[in-house]
Amino acid sequence: MERANTQAEQTSMQKEPKTGADLLVESLINEGVETIFGYPGGAALPIFDALYKAQNSFTQILARHEQGSIHAAEGYARVSGKPGVVIATSGPGATNLVTGIADAMIDSLPLIVITGQVAQGIIGTDAFQEVDVMGVTTPITKHNYQVRNVNDLPRIVKEAFHIATTGRPGPVLIDMPKDISAEVITNHLPKEVILDLPGYQPTIKPNPLQIKKLAEAIEQAKKPVILSGAGILFAKASEEIKTFAEKYSIPVASTLLGLGAFPGEHPLFLGMAGMHGTYAANTALYECDLLINIGARFDDRLTGNLASFAPNATVAHIDIDPAEIGKNVPTEIPIVSDAKEALTKLLAHNIQQPTHEDWLVRLHENRKEYPLWYNNPDSEMIGQWVIEKVYEATEGKAIVTTDVGQHQMWTAQFYKFNSPDRWVSSGGLGTMGFGFPAAIGAQLAKPEDTVVSIVGDGGFQMTLQELSILQERGLPVKVIIVNNQALGMVRQWQEAFYSERYSQSIFNIQPDFVKLAESYNVKGLKVTTQQEFIDALPEIFDYEGPVLVDARVIQQENVFPMIAPGKGLNEMIGVKP
Amino acid sequence: MKRIITATVRNRSGVLNRVTSLLQRRQFNIESISVGRTETEGMSKMTFVVDVEDYQKLEQVTKQLNKQIDVIKVSDISEKAIVARELALIKIVSNSQLRGEIQGIIDPFRASIIDISKDSISIQVTGKPEKIEALIELLKPFGIKELARTGVTALVRSQQPASNDSTLPSILG
Repeated sequence: MERANTQAEQTSMQKEPKTGADLLVESLINEGVETIFGYPGGAALPIFDALYKAQNSFTQILARHEQGSIHAAEGYARVSGKPGVVIATSGPGATNLVTGIADAMIDSLPLIVITGQVAQGIIGTDAFQEVDVMGVTTPITKHNYQVRNVNDLPRIVKEAFHIATTGRPGPVLIDMPKDISAEVITNHLPKEVILDLPGYQPTIKPNPLQIKKLAEAIEQAKKPVILSGAGILFAKASEEIKTFAEKYSIPVASTLLGLGAFPGEHPLFLGMAGMHGTYAANTALYECDLLINIGARFDDRLTGNLASFAPNATVAHIDIDPAEIGKNVPTEIPIVSDAKEALTKLLAHNIQQPTHEDWLVRLHENRKEYPLWYNNPDSEMIGQWVIEKVYEATEGKAIVTTDVGQHQMWTAQFYKFNSPDRWVSSGGLGTMGFGFPAAIGAQLAKPEDTVVSIVGDGGFQMTLQELSILQERGLPVKVIIVNNQALGMVRQWQEAFYSERYSQSIFNIQPDFVKLAESYNVKGLKVTTQQEFIDALPEIFDYEGPVLVDARVIQQENVFPMIAPGKGLNEMIGVKP
Repeated sequence: MKRIITATVRNRSGVLNRVTSLLQRRQFNIESISVGRTETEGMSKMTFVVDVEDYQKLEQVTKQLNKQIDVIKVSDISEKAIVARELALIKIVSNSQLRGEIQGIIDPFRASIIDISKDSISIQVTGKPEKIEALIELLKPFGIKELARTGVTALVRSQQPASNDSTLPSILG
């Protein structure tokens, strides 16, 4: 008897007590989290200790900078459809995440961001590595929590995942004071966790009356056009939009972030609309009499001058976020709904076949007469050409990530995305340094797919330290630096609008990118001519591991066509003559 | 245009900050804001008077407020029959000779003197903001030493006029 007792006592002593951090980790497991992007630090030590104990439950990715962690999590979320989970410490750890949080907020990416915080007893005393993370992130998160009672933790985690992934997705932050993480849990917590969110009920299903109104508008329209946004991707409604557009022969223009939602090589596809969109897409938006926006937010880079945006159109807007409807463009037919639900209802509505043959012919002619174009030099490379070659080499099937700027616009123009969730770019925030870590996250989510990160020489230098992850994880990401030794888009605007005063936009000094890659054990290639690039393609795409290509392109090349700031969609410059 | 908007919110830490930071970020001008508990435990009610340019902007205010997780319900009650009240405390320069005159001024406003010292008196007044403005104007010549206002809080009247009634009460009714 006595002996048995002692044994039991010993076992219970060996078994470490469960802490708040353990409970957090357990909650993450319950939510089906498989990959965690984390960077440790003082206030997060209990969390990382709990992760150590649970290391068989997750793939844990250690970036070299918190910004790398969060952009990787964004890339992961974009292609997998699952929330990206990021963990960082208090103070600088948390503030290094801010750019990524804002990026995910404006591009509606589901993220769970967990930050360590100093212990509750010293919150508000300007303690070491203390920052008001709640205050800093309130405007850039869908919601945020600071855990004040360890018993609330399972509910908070469950609510965070629910909020991040439903309705219009977005980042949710959980701030974990160190004393909460370290607190030993003595009481028994109920197994079932109940959401307590009376103020959060996203509208998923469309109002039948508005659907009817839209159906009637379609029947009467002579010049209808669909604007396809990223909302289609989040709703997984690519099939539905294709069926819908084909059934009623409605042409489709896309937003930057909506690329891939509708097949890029479909006969009804007009291309990307907006500042660097196609003539066909912008003309269609300008001239249409019915504009059906599905899951796009009428961003200013898309609409151009609002005063001359779709001046003759009845505007219908399907969006899961009611606040987007009527925000920038007055809307006659507002439909608050999930895109898939709305399209399914519309397809079931038996709309009388509209007749708008003239319109289709005219748009088709625009497409044929005024395609995207460039003058290819004899032997030197330009960005557009590089991207076309990458498109051909990958047969349009790669997952492609970019930063922001010229290379991003060229990729959006010349890489035809035929299927959804292959295009990962920082649209709303326009974040330099996004593309490369996002590719790491995308590759982790889709290990079998070819992931190409097309970046500029400027943006790549903001997060290049993550080359370590390629080496560490053996991830075969193909990094193509479209290297014009300049901040190309800044340079372009300085040329066009600031009398060629190239203020701080030319990089005279750069690292040797090949040696840099090699120092991370990544294969590096420098190519300076078209022939060299063509010769290098097999070396890039048939090679099993990661490759970094320093593709030297002409600095003076600009992105066209273009709508200058303040101008309307009917005022394009640089259209093919 | 001035509008009165009420928001029922969960009484959680940071909720006031969420709401005001949102209004500030979207460039909505708040004229006044008042917050207090409601009949339901854990719920508070905020009443804002906002100055918005047009209906589009107004719609944005209510939609953006509604998006907040801790906001349960948002109503624009400007066009409803409502009772709206504000409380103000006004400290003015005074002495024993002036007291009678001041009493005469504040009586019609049903305001009361709540503190007296040798050279000042403090007055409490409740009512519609216009009424408070009017009293303040009348007291100005005496010299206002301090002024504190709560901002408007409001209730929708139980009985609403028929919807096509053209004689809607003033929004600050």
